[in-house]
Amino acid sequence: MGRKAKFADPDYKKKGPGRKARKQGEPEISVPVGVNSDKKLTRRPLARMRKRNIQEKLKAEQAEAHRIEAQKKRELKNKQMKEELAAKAKSVALQQKGSKQPPPKAQKGRKYQSSSEEEEESEEDDQEEEEESDDESDDEGNNVVGFTDDNSSWLKPVLKKGAKVPKLHDQEGSDDDDSEEESDADSDDDEEEESDADSDGEEEESAADSDGEEEEESEADSDEMEGDEEVESGDSDDKETSITVPKKWKPGKGESVTVQSLNMDSDDSDEDDDDDFGGDSDNSDKDSDDNSDKDSDDENDDSDDNEESDEDMLPIEKQAKKLRKKQKRDDKLAEEELQLNVASHDVFAFPSEEEVKKPQDLQDVQQRMKDVIIVLNDFKKLHEPGRSRSDYVDLLRHDLCTYYSYNDFLMEKLMQVFQLSELLEFLEASEVQRPLTIRVNSLKARRKDVAQALINRGVNLDPLGEWTKVGLVVYSSQVPIGATPEYLAGHYIIQGASSLLPVMALAPQEKERILDMAAAPGGKASHIAAVMKNTGVLFANDANRDRTKAIVGNFHRLGIVNSVVTCYDGRKITNVLKGFDRVLLDAPCTGTGVVSKDPSVKSNKDEIDIQRCCTLQRELLLAAIDALNARSSTGGYLVYSTCSVLVEENEWVIDYALKKRAVRLVPTGLDFGSEGFTKFRQLRFHPSLKLTRRFYPHTHNMDGFFVAKLQKISNSLPKTVDIDANEEDSGVYQVDAIEKETVTSDVKEDEAPGTTSSKKKKNLKKKAKKNAKKKTATSDNSQVEEKSSPTEKKIKKPKKKKESSGNNGGSESSVSPSQSKGPKGNKNKANGNDRNVLLSKKSNGNASKVIANGVASKGKRKNSGSVSETKSPKKKARKHV
Amino acid sequence: MKRLSEIQTKLLFEKLSEYIGANIKSLIDRPDGTYCFRVQKDRVYYVSEKILSLAESVAPENLITFGICFGKFTKSQKFLLHITALTYLAPYAQHKIWVKPSMEQQFLYGHHILKSGLGRITENTPKYQGVVVLSMADVPLGFGKAAKSTAECKHTDPMTIVCFHQADIGEYVRSEESLL
Repeated sequence: MGRKAKFADPDYKKKGPGRKARKQGEPEISVPVGVNSDKKLTRRPLARMRKRNIQEKLKAEQAEAHRIEAQKKRELKNKQMKEELAAKAKSVALQQKGSKQPPPKAQKGRKYQSSSEEEEESEEDDQEEEEESDDESDDEGNNVVGFTDDNSSWLKPVLKKGAKVPKLHDQEGSDDDDSEEESDADSDDDEEEESDADSDGEEEESAADSDGEEEEESEADSDEMEGDEEVESGDSDDKETSITVPKKWKPGKGESVTVQSLNMDSDDSDEDDDDDFGGDSDNSDKDSDDNSDKDSDDENDDSDDNEESDEDMLPIEKQAKKLRKKQKRDDKLAEEELQLNVASHDVFAFPSEEEVKKPQDLQDVQQRMKDVIIVLNDFKKLHEPGRSRSDYVDLLRHDLCTYYSYNDFLMEKLMQVFQLSELLEFLEASEVQRPLTIRVNSLKARRKDVAQALINRGVNLDPLGEWTKVGLVVYSSQVPIGATPEYLAGHYIIQGASSLLPVMALAPQEKERILDMAAAPGGKASHIAAVMKNTGVLFANDANRDRTKAIVGNFHRLGIVNSVVTCYDGRKITNVLKGFDRVLLDAPCTGTGVVSKDPSVKSNKDEIDIQRCCTLQRELLLAAIDALNARSSTGGYLVYSTCSVLVEENEWVIDYALKKRAVRLVPTGLDFGSEGFTKFRQLRFHPSLKLTRRFYPHTHNMDGFFVAKLQKISNSLPKTVDIDANEEDSGVYQVDAIEKETVTSDVKEDEAPGTTSSKKKKNLKKKAKKNAKKKTATSDNSQVEEKSSPTEKKIKKPKKKKESSGNNGGSESSVSPSQSKGPKGNKNKANGNDRNVLLSKKSNGNASKVIANGVASKGKRKNSGSVSETKSPKKKARKHV
Repeated sequence: MKRLSEIQTKLLFEKLSEYIGANIKSLIDRPDGTYCFRVQKDRVYYVSEKILSLAESVAPENLITFGICFGKFTKSQKFLLHITALTYLAPYAQHKIWVKPSMEQQFLYGHHILKSGLGRITENTPKYQGVVVLSMADVPLGFGKAAKSTAECKHTDPMTIVCFHQADIGEYVRSEESLL
């Protein structure tokens, strides 16, 4: 805040020059600022200026009126006095004296109450004083009297302002309390004034004068403060606007008010009124006091008993008071109206069948949607009797389908995923294109350089976000962003923001073997390669031969040299490639998260499509898990992602994999996005599914996306199950028990340090064998039978186990589990288990039991190892039967 | 996936030497492991031995590409360099031509380089020497043959061709389908 220019505006009056200003004089501004300011002043400053002017005028008028009144009074009182004196002159001289003495005493007492000193001054002095004060109030702006350098309070307006603002807040917040207090203060003042009025004119005036003298300085200060604050503190003014604005039209009435209020006091005492308010609290509070004063007036306005306080008020205040009242009334009315409106919503009539079916204006449909949503949000109150919630939901779905042109099925799915309010946002966001984003190829360029080069080409861009160092958002571009020399040179690739997430979750390390199972067009895969810095090996697979060409193009353009591009069906890739450290599966999906990219999704997806999709996804996911190497020193991680928001394609698939393979969910490492569902309608997923991440177009401004990161615990198949094969829920636990055992053996194998390489080779061979026979369950069965003993034997098995316990060393036990290792078809699992059990029976049964128990506790199941042993044969028997 | 035959190797190295000269050596003797050339379906790939061993397990009909594709042997048994080879040509190139920004776009659309668009040229570039074309910001744009030697370039008129276009990175967009 520098020195303020003296504006040419004649109305503007400077409050008081500081020391610096006096030394330097007014700054001269060549531009006619005043004119400009007059024209260009915004509403608030204008209001302030007007208020100031009016106040000044009023004060002048008041002062004038006061003076006249006071003179009249004085004359009158003098007359009375003289009469009295004349009358009393006839009586005893002692009495005369007595009659003269008491009033001053009384006054003294009263005056002390108001914390002022009494001094006797001559009338002339009084008048002089009055004149002075008149002057003061006249040109309050130019007045320098109160603002000497000695006056320290003048020098620290900022501090006070700071202190003041909160006060204002307070008062606005709790009008009632303050107004009560203030009204108390008012009444106190009133009493004082009354007493003043009662007392003799001379004394009273002199007292008032003394007050005036005393408080002249401070008063002026506070005035200044007000002024300053008006100028400086926009904030406080903000809150006061309601008060300041109405003051425009006060002067006319103001005069009459002043005349009324003049009945008892000189101008000084009138000013005292203000002061007395201030006197109750600090000087700095003054403004706020005034404010609250108005509040209190507001309340007391109706009652006539407070006329006095009314009279105290400045006309501005009165005006403000009235305005407040009016505002309150308006508010009330508005509220009532609102209530009425709400009530009218109740009347939302459920449309008839024909109305629903009849093609309608989109706007009508939208209105109806809104109405239905309102009804659904407060169904109890608002629903039409005889209509169920589902009626409304159906209607809403129908309308949503019409409005956003989805098919009924997909809309139903979306309504299941999202809440009503969120659903609308999602649908709305799905209509809008996501911003175009590019990923800088860190193999060839730095983001800074690419950004600079593109800016030079007339592209308007920004970094994508805090969470990525390679993303840029393109807002607008004068050149095709996919054909700049930088693009062709492989400095960046066009890629959605959401596509960065799976790779970030995967967190590839250098020199790893990584597989991207569904790579085309190679955006994520090239990102992986870039993160790996062209080391290690990256297999980019895609089932679609045509689309692999895009991978080839992108890889060569981006300068990726560590890649092998293959064209396999992802489900069969494990036949060829295995043992990856990390696998990224960006599964093919219905694309319900990228409706904005491909609106055809809205209408062409059906139940069967989703079913097909999620079946494929499950198969792919299992294959991807099988391709992982759990014993990788750095990895064993898999990231599953889809650009769909449907639970069927996301959580459900993951949950399925959790049951089918020895994997667990791990945090994705993405610190944003909403958590995956652990339950959905009737489905209850594994609690760890909350570690998955969902991204929505309406909340994250990227395509709808799902990311889950899995870690493979063991290379062996948990023999979960065959729930599908058995089709029996009751069988689950038995099967699980069996699974336990196999898991045990796996763990054992993993843990056993003694396992020799030859054994491992054996395992591998067996694995391969099983792979070959994966699909021929029957043959496998027979194989198992060949290997294992007949069923009767199995049933006896527990006994045998006990017998055999301790016979064999740990080495054999470590072999036995290995046989169960390797991927198997679903159908042969139970048999595999049995075989497993048999084998373990041969080996040390006790040890396996113990471990089985350990695993049981590790796993979710609570069956003991022994139970599993006893039950497995049963199961087997069932199978064979 | 086969090793290159004697003739193929000769053809390939002759072609490469037109652009990178003696730097072929640095393609073969690399500090970061052994790299080798392999030919599959007449395409020549240049790849690390590690990756190669893994890629060998993929059936030929399913193997789309591995490493970097340098080019292909034509039916007439000549070697044709592809733009994809630029990844290795650019850093090792011995003769370069820099084009002005105005010419950049032209070249990327498959046009020859005219004298008017010539920004800089390596000293002592002989006529018909294989050159790598770069933008003024040193971004490799493609490669071609010098139509004029450096000396000739100085005295020719602005509309004469100084470099024949052979391949440019615009092909990534223009002919993605037939890159390999």
